[in-house]
Amino acid sequence: MPDNSISNPKKRLSLRKQDERIAWLLLAPSLLVIILVTVWPIIYSFILSFFVAPIGINQIRTFVWLQNYIGIFKDPAFWETINRTLYFTVASVTLNLILGLAIAQLIHSHPWGWKFIRFSLIIPWAVPTIVNGAMWRWIYNGDFGALNGALMQFGFIKHYVPWLTLPSLAMPLVILADTWHTMPLIALILQAALAGIPEELDEAAAVDGANAWQRFWKIRLPLLRPALLVALIIRTVEAFRVFDIVYIITSGGPASSTITMTFLTYLYSFPYGKQGTGAALSFIISVVIMLLALVYIRLLYRPEEN
Amino acid sequence: MKNYRKIFRKLILFLFTVPVILFIYSPIIWLFLASLSTQVELFSIPPHWIPQHPTFQNYLDIFFPSQAASSVPRTFAVSLLNSIKIASTVTVICIVLGSLAAYALVRIPFKYNRHIQISILATRMIPEISLILPLFIVASSLRLINKPILLVITYLSFSLPYAIWLMVAFFQTVPIELEEAARLDGCSRLGILFRVVMPISIPGLISTTMFIFLVAWDEFFFALIFTSTLAAKTAPVAIAEFVGRFAVNITGMMAGGFLAAVPPVLVALIFQRYIVSGLTAGSVKG
Amino acid sequence: MNKMVRIFMWVLSLILILALVGCAPKQTEVVTIHVLTMDQAGLKSAEIDQIARDFEAQNPDIKVVMEYVGYDYVHDKIVLGMAANPPAYDAAMVDVIWPDEFIKASYLLDVTNRVTPDMKSGMFPASWNGITRNGKVYGMPWLMDVKYFMYNTEILQKAGIKAPPTTWEELVDQANTIKQKDLAEFPISWSWNQKEGVVCDFTVLLFGNGGSFLDASGKPAFNDEKGVQALTWMKQTIDDGLTNPSSIASDEMAVEADFLAGKSAFAVNWLFQYSDSNDATKSQIAGKVAFAPMPVFAAGASAGIKGASVDGSSAFAIMATTPYADQTWKFLSYLASNEVQIKYSAEMLPVWQTDFEGEALNTLLASNPNNSVTVPAFLGQFPYANERPTVPYYNEASAALQLAIQEALTGVKTPQAALDEAAAKWIELAGK
Repeated sequence: MPDNSISNPKKRLSLRKQDERIAWLLLAPSLLVIILVTVWPIIYSFILSFFVAPIGINQIRTFVWLQNYIGIFKDPAFWETINRTLYFTVASVTLNLILGLAIAQLIHSHPWGWKFIRFSLIIPWAVPTIVNGAMWRWIYNGDFGALNGALMQFGFIKHYVPWLTLPSLAMPLVILADTWHTMPLIALILQAALAGIPEELDEAAAVDGANAWQRFWKIRLPLLRPALLVALIIRTVEAFRVFDIVYIITSGGPASSTITMTFLTYLYSFPYGKQGTGAALSFIISVVIMLLALVYIRLLYRPEEN
Repeated sequence: MKNYRKIFRKLILFLFTVPVILFIYSPIIWLFLASLSTQVELFSIPPHWIPQHPTFQNYLDIFFPSQAASSVPRTFAVSLLNSIKIASTVTVICIVLGSLAAYALVRIPFKYNRHIQISILATRMIPEISLILPLFIVASSLRLINKPILLVITYLSFSLPYAIWLMVAFFQTVPIELEEAARLDGCSRLGILFRVVMPISIPGLISTTMFIFLVAWDEFFFALIFTSTLAAKTAPVAIAEFVGRFAVNITGMMAGGFLAAVPPVLVALIFQRYIVSGLTAGSVKG
Repeated sequence: MNKMVRIFMWVLSLILILALVGCAPKQTEVVTIHVLTMDQAGLKSAEIDQIARDFEAQNPDIKVVMEYVGYDYVHDKIVLGMAANPPAYDAAMVDVIWPDEFIKASYLLDVTNRVTPDMKSGMFPASWNGITRNGKVYGMPWLMDVKYFMYNTEILQKAGIKAPPTTWEELVDQANTIKQKDLAEFPISWSWNQKEGVVCDFTVLLFGNGGSFLDASGKPAFNDEKGVQALTWMKQTIDDGLTNPSSIASDEMAVEADFLAGKSAFAVNWLFQYSDSNDATKSQIAGKVAFAPMPVFAAGASAGIKGASVDGSSAFAIMATTPYADQTWKFLSYLASNEVQIKYSAEMLPVWQTDFEGEALNTLLASNPNNSVTVPAFLGQFPYANERPTVPYYNEASAALQLAIQEALTGVKTPQAALDEAAAKWIELAGK
């Protein structure tokens, strides 16, 4: 028997020990970086949220326990912002999923040009968020934007519309710009998942008399569940944290109709100089996101079904 | 009869294909065409979809800055270079550190495995805004402001967890039998990693590389706060400057935007099979 | 195998540490100062760079690193910069609305003892007022700016209008004429987006109606009938198709873009718009732009208001925690020195009132073709510059007012209700 055989109990134990040591060695650099760059700032921020911390040198930081949070919850602007952010998140994720699923199914059905769609689909996602924001801002421009030009040429409107000045439309327009940018990835993930479903299942169902709609709902959708779950979580987290695109297209206006939670946090942390409140807001954001993720996992996660 | 049915079906589906293609392409095509027009043409109503007097002047201003009137096109080419440098460095570090960590988490059974995995994922939930101030304080006292290395370090905050998560999914797909066989051959843990697992996971590594590169290229807020001099300014920051400061040079901004989009779009197009399979693997294994 | 890997890990860590350390500053004798400013109104970045190079040539032991950002980012960068020790910036441009906030935060260095009598008497008193509190001076004057009323002479001529309007009511009449003659679809454009710009415009109109931000006891007064009238007038011009509705999403750069493309006949903007308008590479209306005194409301005129605009000046301040106060002050003195200011007077008029009298005035007028127009405009308009409230919580107060104006302009609330809500917020902020 070779000396380092695993069947030797003594060797097995020390191999275990060695394993553990190696595991820590491999993990150490990554963990170090993450602790330095993420964990420590989060802790700093969390502690800061219990203080009134006006900007300034030698400013007294008064410990106020939960006062910051209470102040936030009492402010109607906060609830409006949460509302808006939830609206953005739900609308964006829903659009993403519906459009993504539809396009994924479309590709899956192999119509003429399906290869071209699949090839091109990643382009909107690859365009940097800032370029995306700037591009859509000019598309929506009230004086010479493409949206106005197209609508007028097709006779839908008689005069150019100053889209981004309408509080009721500004948010939906931002959502549209965001969807154009984020939906492709969802579509591609779902399409790959669809492609992974064995043909026989589908054909067997067809033989059994199920029509296309039933096949979709009863066979494909359940099998897509894991992919859907991941897509949902990723998109929800990102949608709730949205900042860049709002910053570029509308900067929170008009009439604050596009101010989201992260943007509000930014406003308190910097222009208003109330960093304790800003820290509290960012902590609230994180908690909400974690709750949402938990809800998803509870609702949708089932061990691999057949 | 059946053939007719099939063709009919394909035709109907094709009718859906057209709007999808339009939806994907029209914004960027407009961006490109607008970047080729002069300001006068851009402002005309009804719009000149295809500029009657197309010009490459906007692009020339960016590539040959000495001719440009404004300072912004001049700086744009530099910011593109910065973006490439920073995104590449971040990617390399993420791959090296991340693959080591991912392997440990997947294959080596030890006590806190699950907790660490979840914590790493949880860091994605924190909005960037709450990291900014503490990071800035440290960065400034180390005199790192406006240095590219600062962006590299801060970008790791979101890219490293992503990289680990993606590669965990990939390593899980490596059949354990291969590793056990190597073990029986007398290979140590790390030997297995470098000699067996890595070579098989090359598609996964490529996938992660491309994804992280694109995510790092895309980043805006940290770059905005931590850099404003030419030494480290990235392309997204330069674009934001176009939008904010030089609303007069709209066509220039469009050219810049188009240029800033070209590298990531090219990378995505070339490597898209890898990118998608990477995310799919991540999604299937959760 | 294990040993090799261990070496590999050590090497990796070493590389990481070296990378970090390698970025530490080198020890030299030359002092480097960092200065933050905006690349928007005032001098362009290329020009300030040149000034910095000239300064370095005269002072070989000081190196100046300038940083340029858009106006919107300056405030945040100052706050961030001061969170670090030593501060990220030794000096920064401070807009006229920030000193109270920054002084309360102990950001600004008291430079009262560094100001020479020459500077004190030579520069405009108004320029010192912006950065003086309780007798202490906290900065060096830099840019004296006010919003001007500019119009397109060609459009007015084609419309048969002989003279620019002197009241806002006249403006409406003239705009109607222009619109009816199809010379401009939206004759007026403003910077009414949800940023500081809309408060600047509101200041012009509010004071032009005889109103004010605060009353004698310091309570908000902008929601009285004069303020509401001004705001209602703003909305009315949009409803009547005279103000470009995109103004609600426009900033000063967009106003300029509109004006320079010949799409609007009247544009209220800072001084930079004039020199840009005569720059043929940017403007289609070169040579067709003129100044007129900022109109006021008829009600304001009868109450004795002769002119009304808004002060948008800025100064350079030294950051309190800088280790290089002397060197920084030297640079700021150079920046604000007479020779430098005259040299670049095309973009920015000097802050030295001595330049506007006698022989010096002739030099000033001769140094640049635009000056013969801008100097009289400045001398005529600046005395009527009004201040926005000098309170430490100004940013948050302004945000409330911005929101109120936007809500009124978009029809979400009535002007009275919107302004009342903003006033309530101001009272709340003052109480904290």
